[in-house]
Amino acid sequence: MSDLGGKIETFFKYLIDYKNYETVLLGLRNTLTIAVCGLLIGIVIGSAIATLKVAGSRSRVVHAVAYIGDAYTGLFRGTPIIVQLIVFHFIVFRGSGIDSLLEAVIVFGLNSGAYVAEIMRGGILSVDIGQTEAGRSLGLSYTTTMIKVVIPQAIKNVVPTLGNELIALTKDTSVAGYVATMDLNAAIGIISGATYDYIVPYLFLALVYLILVVLITVLIRFAERRLRKSERR
Amino acid sequence: MKDAETASVRKSKKRQAKPKFIKTEKTPVEPFDPEALIEVQHLTKKFGEQVVLDDISEKIVQGEKVAVIGPSGSGKSTFLRCLNMLEDPTDGYVFFEGNNLCDYRIDINVQRRRMGMVFQQFNLFNNMNVLKNITLAPVHIGMRALRRAQRKNFLIKAGNLFRPAAKKKPLLSVRTSKKEIKADAEADAMRLLERIGLADKAGAYPSTLSGGQRQRIAIVRALAMNPKVMLFDEPTSALDPEMVGEVLALIRELAEEGMTMVIVTHEMGFAREVATRVMFMDGGKIVEQGAPAEIFGSPKNERLQDFLSKVL
Repeated sequence: MSDLGGKIETFFKYLIDYKNYETVLLGLRNTLTIAVCGLLIGIVIGSAIATLKVAGSRSRVVHAVAYIGDAYTGLFRGTPIIVQLIVFHFIVFRGSGIDSLLEAVIVFGLNSGAYVAEIMRGGILSVDIGQTEAGRSLGLSYTTTMIKVVIPQAIKNVVPTLGNELIALTKDTSVAGYVATMDLNAAIGIISGATYDYIVPYLFLALVYLILVVLITVLIRFAERRLRKSERR
Repeated sequence: MKDAETASVRKSKKRQAKPKFIKTEKTPVEPFDPEALIEVQHLTKKFGEQVVLDDISEKIVQGEKVAVIGPSGSGKSTFLRCLNMLEDPTDGYVFFEGNNLCDYRIDINVQRRRMGMVFQQFNLFNNMNVLKNITLAPVHIGMRALRRAQRKNFLIKAGNLFRPAAKKKPLLSVRTSKKEIKADAEADAMRLLERIGLADKAGAYPSTLSGGQRQRIAIVRALAMNPKVMLFDEPTSALDPEMVGEVLALIRELAEEGMTMVIVTHEMGFAREVATRVMFMDGGKIVEQGAPAEIFGSPKNERLQDFLSKVL
């Protein structure tokens, strides 16, 4: 502990004087890209699966697709994200020359889609069935009613939970380095590898994540207040 | 040429293929009475073992105002919801303008546009303001028609490239653009809102309105589709007593304009005044029906006498 000051000095020397901050900023950008794009993909996939599951349609095709959705949810929720990244990197996208950032976005999108599907299902069920009936009685199709009426209200109901998901996803991205994506964790890892010191860089990493999460929390609270406008005015 | 002919024959054969009905139904289809606007044949609805509607056959002609009364649990609401397939019947058929709504091949969404429905709980879309609530369906349907016409025109244009000059197909006329459709629908909505005196609430959200205002807007929302028949599912049951009057006044106004309507209601005075026919339902059956004076004046059925003595 006595040389903590020295370690901090070394860390900042590597971070700033040796231009490692460029890598860290790149990592920060990539981490945010993966988390936000992943969540957006997740919302789209999740809403689609949740809609199919809630539909109670007579069509066999819808039933089949809903079963596939179930299998997908089980598979992506039941296996570690590292394994999913590695499988996609070495098997699915093998030799495709796809950008590793895009690859990470896709995997994290699929992963969060599995979680968001269940979140959205809860959200859709929380919207009064009368809303669906009103839409249907006006001659709108089930899909249109869902997209225009039910899902916007469902998202409003699940914003706090989606925020939770975004925070979890932001921290989960720290394993994206396994498939050569330069995320925040990998960028810090370079410094700690060079200085043989793991305490200071990772505490610094923790601080960055903490600030990110606090910012996200504030943003979500803001978004929630905006969305609740129609109820309060 | 011959290929085209056989193709068209094949197509028409496909169209005449055996109708596929919702659920397994035992009763055969009877011919539809062209006089009726809505015809119900042997309508049965079961929730599990419980029989809610028991073999109802009924006709409603254009211009009629039918009031459905009865004790709670008698199947009134279910009967109304079966008329536009919000509930799938277990057995029997519902015809609307000659279309069998229980047939899979009928596009139920197209049919529902001609049947307005008003709910007990208003069911205005909470995420939209009043104007958007009213224009959502007309704009969406107008846009779909527009897109379809544009798609067809594109195909015709592509086909015309390969046709000799004399045989070029004319394009379908696409009159409107998205902006025009929206403006039309909004003008229509404002006209309707003006009529009920709520034009200043066009930008408000449903949560800020009173129950009576919400229900009147729900009625107007259904009217914006120019329906042939209006179905009212206990429109005043969830309202404060002082707001019942304004909603009933609007419904009465519609009735005077000659709108066909089916009203499930507990407002006996209103049913007596507005309806041309009153149906009394009990235990999933229409026990007695007739002119309001007859039903309220000299009820024959014992159950009806009992019911009226309790409510009147």
